[in-house]
Amino acid sequence: MIRSHVLVCGGAGCISAGCMAVKDALAEELKKHGLESEIQLVVTGCMGPCDLGPVLLVLPDNVFYQRVTPEDVPALVEEHLIKGRPYQKLLPKEGPSANVITTARDFSFFAKQTRIILENSGLIDPENIEEYIARDGYTALGKALTEMTPEQVIEEIKASGLRGRGGAGFPTGLKWEIMAKAPGKPKYIVCNADEGDPGAFMNRAVLEGDPHRVLEGMAIGAYAMGASRGFIYIRAEYPLAIKRLQIAIQQAYRYGFLGRNIFEKGFDFDIELRIGAGAFVCGEETALMRSIEGKRGQPMPRPPFPAQRGLWGKPTNINNVETWAAVPVIIRRGAKWYASFGTEKTKGTKVFALAGKIRNTGLVEVPFGTTLRQIIFDIGGGIPGGKKFKAVQTGGPSGGVIPEQYLDTPVEYETLQKLGSIMGSGGMVVMDEDTCMVDVARFFLEFCCDESCGKCPPCRVGTKQMLQILEKICKNQGEMDDITRLEELCMVVKEGSLCGLGQTAPNPVLTTLRYFRHEYEVHVREKRCLAGVCGKLSQVPRSPKRES
Amino acid sequence: MEELKKLKEKVKQQIALREGNKRYRVLISMGTSGIVAGAREVMKAMLDEIEKRGLDDVEVRVTGEHGFEDIEPVVQIEEIGGEKTTYARLDPEKARLIVVEHLLKGQKVVHLVVGKPKQSD
Repeated sequence: MIRSHVLVCGGAGCISAGCMAVKDALAEELKKHGLESEIQLVVTGCMGPCDLGPVLLVLPDNVFYQRVTPEDVPALVEEHLIKGRPYQKLLPKEGPSANVITTARDFSFFAKQTRIILENSGLIDPENIEEYIARDGYTALGKALTEMTPEQVIEEIKASGLRGRGGAGFPTGLKWEIMAKAPGKPKYIVCNADEGDPGAFMNRAVLEGDPHRVLEGMAIGAYAMGASRGFIYIRAEYPLAIKRLQIAIQQAYRYGFLGRNIFEKGFDFDIELRIGAGAFVCGEETALMRSIEGKRGQPMPRPPFPAQRGLWGKPTNINNVETWAAVPVIIRRGAKWYASFGTEKTKGTKVFALAGKIRNTGLVEVPFGTTLRQIIFDIGGGIPGGKKFKAVQTGGPSGGVIPEQYLDTPVEYETLQKLGSIMGSGGMVVMDEDTCMVDVARFFLEFCCDESCGKCPPCRVGTKQMLQILEKICKNQGEMDDITRLEELCMVVKEGSLCGLGQTAPNPVLTTLRYFRHEYEVHVREKRCLAGVCGKLSQVPRSPKRES
Repeated sequence: MEELKKLKEKVKQQIALREGNKRYRVLISMGTSGIVAGAREVMKAMLDEIEKRGLDDVEVRVTGEHGFEDIEPVVQIEEIGGEKTTYARLDPEKARLIVVEHLLKGQKVVHLVVGKPKQSD
């Protein structure tokens, strides 16, 4: 009998940190002690605390180990797996007294999350469909096909209050209804897995940790909207997610959850992967569709919307990975259950990727309405090195920075928008007092300028001009007029651009101007950088790590 | 749908250990003195017997010393949310008996019990 499972996190973060060598060392050590018949090793998807990798979870004891190296393995096996004593050296510690955390439940990083989308991630082997089935996988698809009409499925999604997790927050049920009613056949559905924001890795983790959940969500959506073919558009930079999706798709076909006559209800559905080359603009839906068609990824004016004229001129519905991933659990547990999480306007949970100057870098899931402070300090563990929090950038290059005085804002689509930022897909980059806000604006704008597809001039030329002004300010050559010119350009690019890339590119500049205008002015008037980042202005001591 | 349910029943076992929801927790004292007294053999016998009897509501954990060096091997059986019973001076044969009587039939093996039953926390 297997008495214990040792789960090795196989998310991309832990793999880069060397978890596979740890896994091999564990396998060898278990063999050496003849424990293979008692203890099972499982490679799972991302557990979340990426910065602590490689991480392990030992069950049923529920003991979490961090930063495990192959050299630690013999002692860990001897202490914990043979003698039953948690191996102190590798347990997480937290709090001012550096308390040792002996069970994962007590670790506030886990304890304060609500994991719905990530319920299986880090718990099951993503390359084994049976483990997904054991966790109620594909029962939602079965329920939809055997007990519900397509209209009922759409009603359920509408009642759940689910909104698009790609960033804009459009009600998913409504989107599905429009698509279902759209004339024309065949109909296509698309999973947008072209996650491109710097510092965002939510979708990658879902695909790597629980790929079947996305396939099941898409199959349910296809049934509801009358589509027979689905595409997953994923970037080539995500090789592990691609590999696990390929395995998952093969297994789903073998078990009859994809293909012909699913659940013997006469419903056919096929899913294909489309690998993108990593252009940021291809996350925009019209550019994404052109890329799937094999054309150059450039956006088109809307309307017509994809539901009217999408892929190859046919009705098409595009949802983000996380949106699809929420669908099975809504059908399985009901709209009412799902809507019990979150706030009045925004139901459910959201996965965020924490990055930057934060202690617990990684992946967290919380209900909407959780405040920024709870996410960054209670779960994220705050700022390392005794530094002061300065701002958080939400929504990547399309979003904006939010300063300290708004830390108690509950996170929702509307509240973030009011602050000049956006929810985006869920990236959160935390900045401490050593960060120069002009430099941050320059960084994100450089990204957008680089990624502009060049189709419309406001974006192509405007972002370039904005970048030149910002570089000038950072180089000690700015004038006060530059700040006014920058603001004017922001408005032109925002109003005049064709697609979301250009329309949102000025957000980092606008929000830093709104909340940290004095930093710009100090750069221009006093020719110095308050944070000591901007290279040519080094009148304040610079830390050696921050060479720019 | 029926097939899926059957399949789920079949594969549930594979990950049941990760989800908790057990009836009994068996704690085997595996300190140095426990190991010397034969705690590993006791555990192996129990694991084997549990598997043979198909008991899927039992989890087995090893723990550190309980502090009773002279009466090892010691095994504590905890009914989750209920009583804790401690057995001492075990060998593989007695261990198998405990699996059958206590874990399968719900009858304590009175002559092997030490101390008074405690309430589980």
